Amino acid sequence: MAKIVIDGVTYEVNPNNNLLQECLSQGLDLPYFCWHPCMGSVGACRQCAVKQYRDEDDKDGMLVMACMTPASDGTIISIEDEGAKSFRSEVIESLMISHPHDCPVCEEGGECHLQDMTQMSGHNYRRYDKKKVTHRNQYLGPFISHEMNRCIACYRCVRYYDNYAGGTDLSVQASHHHVYFGRHEEGTLESEFSGNLVEVCPTGVFTDKVFSEHYSRKWDLQTAPSVCVGCSVGCNTAPGERYGSLRRIVNRYNSEVNGYFLCDRGRFGFDFVNSEERLLEPIQRKQGKAELLTAAQIEVSIQQFSSAETIGIGSPRASNESNFALRCLVGDDNFYAGCSDAEYESLGVILALAADAAFHSPSVREIEQADAVLILGEDVTNIAPRIALALRQSVRNKAKELADENRIPQWQDAAVRELAQHERSPLSILSPAVSRLDDVASERIIDSLPNLIAFGHQIANKISDSAATAVSASSEHDDTLALIAQQLLRAKRPLIIAGNSNGGELIKAAANIAKALQEKNDDAGIDLCLLVPEVNSLGMGMLVDPANKLGAALARLQDGDAKRLIVLENDLYRRATATEVDAALEKAEQILVLDQLPTRTTAKADIVLPATAFSEHEATYINYEGRAQLSFQVNKCQKMAKPSWRWLNAAEHIDDLVQRCCNEAKGFTKLSEVLPADNQFVAGMKVPRQSHRYSGRTAMIANINVHEPKQMVDDESIMSFSMEGVPSQKDSTILASSWAPKWNSNQSISKFQDEVNGELKQGHTGILMFEKSTSVGAYFEPPVNSLTAAEKQLHLAFGFQIFGSDELSARCKPIQARMTDAYVGISPEDAQSRNLVQGDTVTISGTDSNVTVCIRTGIKTGTALLYCGEGSLNPAEFSEFIEIEKCEKQSASLGMRNLILSDLQDEDKSS
Amino acid sequence: MSKEVIASTATKPRKLSAEEIAEIEHEMTLYPDKKAVGLEALKIVQKHQGWVSDESLLGISKYLEIPAADLEGVATFFNLVYRQPVGKNVILFCDSVSCWIMGCENIKAHIKDKLDIDYGETSKDGDFTLIPVPCLGDCDRAPVMMVGPDLHRNLTPEKINTIISDYSSK
Repeated sequence: MAKIVIDGVTYEVNPNNNLLQECLSQGLDLPYFCWHPCMGSVGACRQCAVKQYRDEDDKDGMLVMACMTPASDGTIISIEDEGAKSFRSEVIESLMISHPHDCPVCEEGGECHLQDMTQMSGHNYRRYDKKKVTHRNQYLGPFISHEMNRCIACYRCVRYYDNYAGGTDLSVQASHHHVYFGRHEEGTLESEFSGNLVEVCPTGVFTDKVFSEHYSRKWDLQTAPSVCVGCSVGCNTAPGERYGSLRRIVNRYNSEVNGYFLCDRGRFGFDFVNSEERLLEPIQRKQGKAELLTAAQIEVSIQQFSSAETIGIGSPRASNESNFALRCLVGDDNFYAGCSDAEYESLGVILALAADAAFHSPSVREIEQADAVLILGEDVTNIAPRIALALRQSVRNKAKELADENRIPQWQDAAVRELAQHERSPLSILSPAVSRLDDVASERIIDSLPNLIAFGHQIANKISDSAATAVSASSEHDDTLALIAQQLLRAKRPLIIAGNSNGGELIKAAANIAKALQEKNDDAGIDLCLLVPEVNSLGMGMLVDPANKLGAALARLQDGDAKRLIVLENDLYRRATATEVDAALEKAEQILVLDQLPTRTTAKADIVLPATAFSEHEATYINYEGRAQLSFQVNKCQKMAKPSWRWLNAAEHIDDLVQRCCNEAKGFTKLSEVLPADNQFVAGMKVPRQSHRYSGRTAMIANINVHEPKQMVDDESIMSFSMEGVPSQKDSTILASSWAPKWNSNQSISKFQDEVNGELKQGHTGILMFEKSTSVGAYFEPPVNSLTAAEKQLHLAFGFQIFGSDELSARCKPIQARMTDAYVGISPEDAQSRNLVQGDTVTISGTDSNVTVCIRTGIKTGTALLYCGEGSLNPAEFSEFIEIEKCEKQSASLGMRNLILSDLQDEDKSS
Repeated sequence: MSKEVIASTATKPRKLSAEEIAEIEHEMTLYPDKKAVGLEALKIVQKHQGWVSDESLLGISKYLEIPAADLEGVATFFNLVYRQPVGKNVILFCDSVSCWIMGCENIKAHIKDKLDIDYGETSKDGDFTLIPVPCLGDCDRAPVMMVGPDLHRNLTPEKINTIISDYSSK
């Protein structure tokens, strides 16, 4: 700790930080632009100038940039000094010279860092009366709008997009007064994390195009703390609603999970909530006719379903509460997993490993701290995108280490990058095809799945002899595997990543590597990050008995052992083969399906009950690391949809249901800790979902009725559908979108953090659910591989796309604008031997599935990477090997133009 | 909000010529990594082609594996990397203080009359492009200008007439 004096007051600060960061950590107001808590300092904008004094006798002092000056012991500075203040007001005046006077029509208005800083710096009259510099804007794809005239050239966008997120298609062009931030030519921004530009840009150059379709000011949005349901990372979000429709999603800070950033699936994939397709009425189908059900009828029907002959199928995309309510209704024995049998089996492996003290499941922040990473078979960018962004930071740990050696502060961003050049911490990727993280990979091996599994076991064996090795087809990668083993052994914080997108064997191999490292290091818990596909895959897996696979449920229905079926928020046609599902549904006497959108399963239901979407109910989810998080309700569903747990359990209060889940369900003991305590709130007043500036409440429905209706009452939550109550101005216990006096933009978050980049003062980061047993399990045995590919057969591996591989976000228009058709990726050799060219259509033999051929140079010959598209192919239909045959070319609906791959073979080469 | 947008340009890279590649390859031996050769490659291509077209830019980007956006950043940073076609001879005309004191404005007016072009324009016959530069470092012989690689000093309208006829292709 160091002591510094700011305007005569002594503060205890961390000397490893810079002055700007420490001023903000102390809650002081000091304007800035180019500095960002996650990106360090470059000293570009000159806005954070302060007066620094040599000693107490120095009365003149000198101007320094706070962001470029270390907070070393004994530093004396003044923010309030007149010289510093006038310098800052002149800087903002020059930054504002060409900035347009368009705040009233600018979407950033009201949450604009530039507005805040201009006010704070005291620039309120424009003296410059010459022509402003103007620019032409670019089309940047379906997510982001571009308005270059508003740019103040702080360079945050390129520093985020290029340096932080690894994007290659946004750059700074030209120089001095006509410097331009954009693409080389118009087109979609390729990075999966482009949406963060909206929040990183301190003004309105990059704005949310999806939001502008139905725009509302920040203060007019009703909002609550929520959790993204797009994948298993569980990023914290703040969705905003107005006039009954969900308008946008912005990041909500959680120091352990997403920090300041979201992926584009999470940010732009919410529109299904507003979809016209939404199921909004409870109906019963009789002789092909749908009848509206009354509340009484529904109660009777639910009663009928609570018999022993009813099977309940849970859902990895439904909350713990809904899964638990269904389990209570049908009984533990009749509650089955709502995912494919293969996935459920590997989920069992993941849950077993979660209890083993040899492993630690790292949070996203901990992933950023890894200094050697091995990804075994998982396409992280497309399965858990936010983790890919964290991995890009992990490879910079080498640079930070070099900076420490050279005594350069880590926040000196430009200097640290200059020093490190291409030096990175090792990141090894073993995968069936080239991935979007390859540009930062140190070692990479592309091979078929069985070989990848064998390589995994070989690495484990190279680390410790106790782990059995496996035989692989070739020894060409032996040196690389040995190198990877060495890197992991040498690392202070090694990290192994695998997942169940391609079966459980890769997980076992990954676990062996982690166990071998643990054995050698004698450490508590080696970081083993095991990814699952959906938001609550783990929660559902913990609630279902390991023997209760979906296949068993379908068999019971087919056998007539069970007569009724309840399907919770799930499309069974994505989980098992159509034949199996058809046969089971045919036999079932009565089928009740709860869901938000129509699916092939709801089409077969006798009773369909409309379920609320993620923003319309309170729920808890468990993410990939076992972190339980609470997602509040943002707005009321205007129609008849209810939370699934409410349909299944008409009487119980949500908090009581959570409490009961704690008591009754194994592994859920700590779940109720995520609920806020009632006594936390001033005078029993609820936390408002509407800001204190919420406007137009009287006029909102004036076209229908001039009397303002009573605000909706929320009996189930600590939050109210109202402006009344105590807003989160300092207290971050329940903090959706941050606001503080003088800080209207998202930068106000520093007012709620215990220090910059630290935890929120009163908030909590979620509850880790897994209890570690002390016993360390045995090594897994490598699989015995008896199957070999017959002639013409290809080893199948499943591929995924950030836009398309998630069921709900894939039903959003903005996401659809980035989706591609199902495709099968093959090597140029395999294409040539089958006489295929780029874009041909092929049939996968044994099925009636047609897919487009995608010839990729980054795929091993003999492997087929199959991306199933959005529901067009059912992964359950395919076995370990497939054969493909050319068939008549079909007109693709979405085409392949949205495919962003570095290894697509040029069309002129393949023809 | 302005609806005006920059029209899409070339999407296909041009295959660099053997001479260009040979010179770029030579530069690559002088730098620690490919990315550092970007500017030299742009200069090499400009030497051979006269300017850097979109196709050429993509060609270099592909050859050196530098993202096109980054290379465009380099190309547009430097005023003397031409991203538009220029005439056979580029006149770099100094309009800085010393030349201004020595009456460069009259000289410029004379060039403008003679070639019917202003700054940034190319004469109709494609022989000359006129570009202002801040200083050519030869202030004691002001006014000065460069035509292609050659420096011309102590300019007078008569000298301009000679220079223009010397460089004209006719």
